[in-house]
Amino acid sequence: MAKSIDISDLDIYYGDFLAVQGVTLSIPARSVTALIGPSGCGKSTFLRTLNRMHEVTPGARVDGKVVIDGQSLYDPTVDPVQVRRQIGMVFQRPNPFPTMSIRDNVLAGLRLNGTRPRRAEADDVVERSLRHANLWTEVKDRLDKAGLSLSGGQQQRLCIARAIAVEPQVLLMDEPCSALDPISTSAIEDLIDQLRTDYSIVIVTHNMQQAARVSQDTAFFNLPGPGLPGRLVEVNSTRKIFSAPDEPATEAYISGRFG
Amino acid sequence: MTPVLSERPPAVDAAALSLHTARLPRWAPVLVAGLAITAAALVAVLLGWGPMATGLVSVLLTLVLLPGWSRAVEGSRAATDRLVTGLVWAALGIALVPLISVLWKVVALGAPQLDGRFLTWSMRNIVGEPGGVYHALVGTLLITLTATVISVPVGLLTSIYLVEYGGTSRLAAAVRFLVDVMTGIPSIVAGLFAYALFSLLVAPGTQLALGGGVALSLLMAPIVVRSAEEMLKLVPDDLREAAYALGVPRWRTILGVVLPTALGGIITGVTLAVARVVGETAPLLIICGSTDSVNFNVFGGQMASLPVFIYSSYTQPGTQPEILQGMAWGAALLLVLAVIALNLLARLAGRLLAPRRRH
Repeated sequence: MAKSIDISDLDIYYGDFLAVQGVTLSIPARSVTALIGPSGCGKSTFLRTLNRMHEVTPGARVDGKVVIDGQSLYDPTVDPVQVRRQIGMVFQRPNPFPTMSIRDNVLAGLRLNGTRPRRAEADDVVERSLRHANLWTEVKDRLDKAGLSLSGGQQQRLCIARAIAVEPQVLLMDEPCSALDPISTSAIEDLIDQLRTDYSIVIVTHNMQQAARVSQDTAFFNLPGPGLPGRLVEVNSTRKIFSAPDEPATEAYISGRFG
Repeated sequence: MTPVLSERPPAVDAAALSLHTARLPRWAPVLVAGLAITAAALVAVLLGWGPMATGLVSVLLTLVLLPGWSRAVEGSRAATDRLVTGLVWAALGIALVPLISVLWKVVALGAPQLDGRFLTWSMRNIVGEPGGVYHALVGTLLITLTATVISVPVGLLTSIYLVEYGGTSRLAAAVRFLVDVMTGIPSIVAGLFAYALFSLLVAPGTQLALGGGVALSLLMAPIVVRSAEEMLKLVPDDLREAAYALGVPRWRTILGVVLPTALGGIITGVTLAVARVVGETAPLLIICGSTDSVNFNVFGGQMASLPVFIYSSYTQPGTQPEILQGMAWGAALLLVLAVIALNLLARLAGRLLAPRRRH
């Protein structure tokens, strides 16, 4: 479990438009890497290329290499569906499946892939994933209630449980707390801290303090100018980025002079 | 200079801040309507008008008097508001009058016809006495069922293609255009198509219920496609993305996430499409013909249906017209009841199968 990802010289295109240019980065295993930067600089776009989700948008393509466990994700023989089973994703707005109960939501990743777990095994997976997501004690008595009957923070934890139920290597999180209140945010941040022992986590966040709280390494993305592609400016340990960054642009962003 | 807090603030200048206007009393519309009806009724008695003319005159009087009074008291904006409100209500009334009168007539003339005999006998060997419409009822049921079985899979798969795979491609645009054209096909053309098809496939002049099903499915399928397409488009994209991110292939996402989420709306659309075709007469006249006995075989032989029965009973009533014409009204009532039942079913299905909310 928990592999590292190596990205080298990645360019991301939407049709002919170059959105992000020349990203070279290494995501270590069993740790949390935060991607920060101003709006529109390409951090979410970059995140989505890590599990080939950008291909859902017509016309999106990449040049460059993304390698996990020695295998290139963008090899022509690689099946994007298999990639996404190994690299899970949690989105900004919680999106539990509306026609399913809490239990069915957690099992959705397994069931929709054709696996038919037996009752006992399924109960096991549900309990394990919900415990891992810090949701078990709150919902264990109402597993058959609708997924949408939970609060926002609980729905997001349900989505996290759903993502980890399929046991991915890496967990990608695209601003998972931006739609939540501070208490739920803090619950999810605690959860991320617990999850990093078993998963490699990449989290995109607008909130610099959150990046400082939650991550071990931070990558700063920036837009050099209007109409220009986004670039990776600096990647370093979180402690260094937030105290003595190498690049002046990073220093300016951290201290709030722009973005 | 610091203000002294113990002093009272200056009085508000009444002329500068005028928020109040005069309003008509709440019972004003009722009063005016009552006066208008009374006045119209008096004139009607004097001039010998009927109820329709009286109603029309009283509506017109209300539409003139109420805004006029409002203009004098409340101002021109309020008066225009009342006038347009009145016009909207009048338009609603005009739209409802034919509907209510048709329903009234059908119920009044058809309800006395409904009895056990009417519903369980056919017209086989019936001469000079009332029979039943069992054969037509069974026919309508079987033909509509056949049409549904043909049009729903085709329509649903087409709409899935349009939303999930086609997107903005030229083929999808062409398909949408053709589907829109098909919604406007005259029903008799659909009937002729089915007639020609089976004349070529089987033998010239073949009449069978399957042909009726084919003709009706030509009329139903575009409705199914359009309403299913709208329902599938309503499923938010982030549900699809959540499934893709779990490593679920696209076809499984459609079957396991998108279709269940849209199911209530799709069933509503299908039910309404059925309600649309259940009363089509022209195609069935050509391709199904009519018969006096029950026919349970969809693949051979003419089959009676309610609309065709109504048509032939009313236009060729024979020597004792009141019998067959009375039965036609009974059959018409059955058709109206079927449409109402289908509409209620559609609403029920939509509500029961909507994605589960607060439980």
